[in-house]
Amino acid sequence: MSLVRRRFLRWLGRRPALASATLVAPGTLWLAFFFVVPMSIMLGMSLMPRGVYGGVEPGFTLEHYRRFFEPLYLQVLLRTAFWAALATALCLLLGYPVAWAMAQSRRRGLLLFLVVLPFWTSFLVRTFAMIFLLRDTGLINGALLGLGIVDRPIALLYTPFAVLLGLVYGFLPFMILPIYASLEKLDPSLLEAAEMLGARPRDRFFQVILPLSMPGVVAGSLLVFIPALGSFVTSDLLGGAKQAMIGNLVQNQFTIARNWPFGSAASFILMFLVLVVVLVARRRGEESWR
Amino acid sequence: MKRRNSLWLTAVVWAVYLFLHLPILVLVAFSFNQSKYSVTWTGFTLDWYRQLAERTDILRGLRASLIVGGASTVIAAVFGTMLALALARRRFPGRRALDGLLYLPIMTPEIIAGISLLSLFVTLKIPLGLTTIAIAHVAFNIGFVAIVVRARLEGMDRSLEEASLMLGADELTTFRRVTVPQLWPGILAGALLAFTMSFDDYVITSLVSGTGSSTLPVVVYSMVRRNVEPTVNAISTLILVATSLLIWAADRLSRERPPAGERSGDRRLSHPAPMARVK
Repeated sequence: MSLVRRRFLRWLGRRPALASATLVAPGTLWLAFFFVVPMSIMLGMSLMPRGVYGGVEPGFTLEHYRRFFEPLYLQVLLRTAFWAALATALCLLLGYPVAWAMAQSRRRGLLLFLVVLPFWTSFLVRTFAMIFLLRDTGLINGALLGLGIVDRPIALLYTPFAVLLGLVYGFLPFMILPIYASLEKLDPSLLEAAEMLGARPRDRFFQVILPLSMPGVVAGSLLVFIPALGSFVTSDLLGGAKQAMIGNLVQNQFTIARNWPFGSAASFILMFLVLVVVLVARRRGEESWR
Repeated sequence: MKRRNSLWLTAVVWAVYLFLHLPILVLVAFSFNQSKYSVTWTGFTLDWYRQLAERTDILRGLRASLIVGGASTVIAAVFGTMLALALARRRFPGRRALDGLLYLPIMTPEIIAGISLLSLFVTLKIPLGLTTIAIAHVAFNIGFVAIVVRARLEGMDRSLEEASLMLGADELTTFRRVTVPQLWPGILAGALLAFTMSFDDYVITSLVSGTGSSTLPVVVYSMVRRNVEPTVNAISTLILVATSLLIWAADRLSRERPPAGERSGDRRLSHPAPMARVK
């Protein structure tokens, strides 16, 4: 390290406020300029009249927000919320037993790695794997045809079923991991105590295990529900045009329909939904800690 | 406690693991299948991989991905680590607000983050290309790195640093010789995760990439949408292998003990960064 740099850093070391500012500034400015500013631009656009070529004109209007509540768009919102909720419920039903088994297992390292791996592997590739199974010439239809169960391929891809399957497949690890984290911390002696005091397995689950793992359940549900609300790739690749979710609506308004103000309004409605869910879940999460 | 995992529990667990891994395994297997259209196995071939090497769009996409991934990872790792240090070790006004600012981009649906950035670039008339992609990737990776590194900082035993200070080393030397070596695996793990996310991102990238600056996921996405050919299986397999190796490395690193001191809590990837936001 050169002498000048050393001196400079020493000088900085004697000024804690300045040192903090130096550490904080680059990252904060980056986030301010490339996250806060863009979001503000979008908020502004959502409140301005639409221009001729997809841009905006000066002025103020709430028209775009009002328009979103027309049945056509409201339907997209409700569909999105419904699918996200259903996917979350399915992930919880499938994920909880797995998290429990992992926490009990002697080979938890391996089991954990097998859940972590899909958690981080390419989402795109995983969605593509679903297409490969579901399309008309895909593996499932190939098997069904080959076994003579059907004589024509059944439509699996571009159906609500495909989107739901894709969401569950994509986000299941997000549910398993936090539940596992809270089950792992569970003190086995509590279960022994419950057993000795005569609790049936059912009661042990509903009165001891489940309440204690509630933070994990809340965290996992949040981690599935939020990305599911904002999902784009899954519904785009597996659902097609008829199964559009809000994410697809937003993208469509910006790229094809070229109605940026309306797209911005839709984005902020989605954003609002996400924030409400996070705040509610946080409050519930804090309660369940007590 | 008695292990009494009933039959149905075992069945559910097996089913879920199959559900998680079988589609991928099938995809990989069929990247070696001779037949172009059928899903029956007609014999082993490496043709699809050979074809990949001749496709300029894929090679260009790969090159773009590596450039963007490398540049954005380095910037995000440096700035993110700095933020983590400030948040974990210093008191300053606006600390809580900054904490929130870190989680906000992670929580924001990708499509919204991408489109808002596109609005910014269009408003400022910044031409779209590799630079805008890298800028976007840094923006969503800074928070990730900061959270991963901060978790490590907070789990770190401070007595080593205290010892160093008491033995007469100044703060700077202590930082360089004691803090950074302990922190290094955390920084590397954060960087690897950031690179993986950058390498894998489609939604934001597709919005802020101009014509002719597509990264690998953008190229693959358009291939998937056009029609599905075995070369897609091949490139998917390669992406899969690459990301798995990166994740494996990051997992090893974050599992590594700090040079000394008691390990507090489990810092493995089983508690990945996004989860920190709800704790």
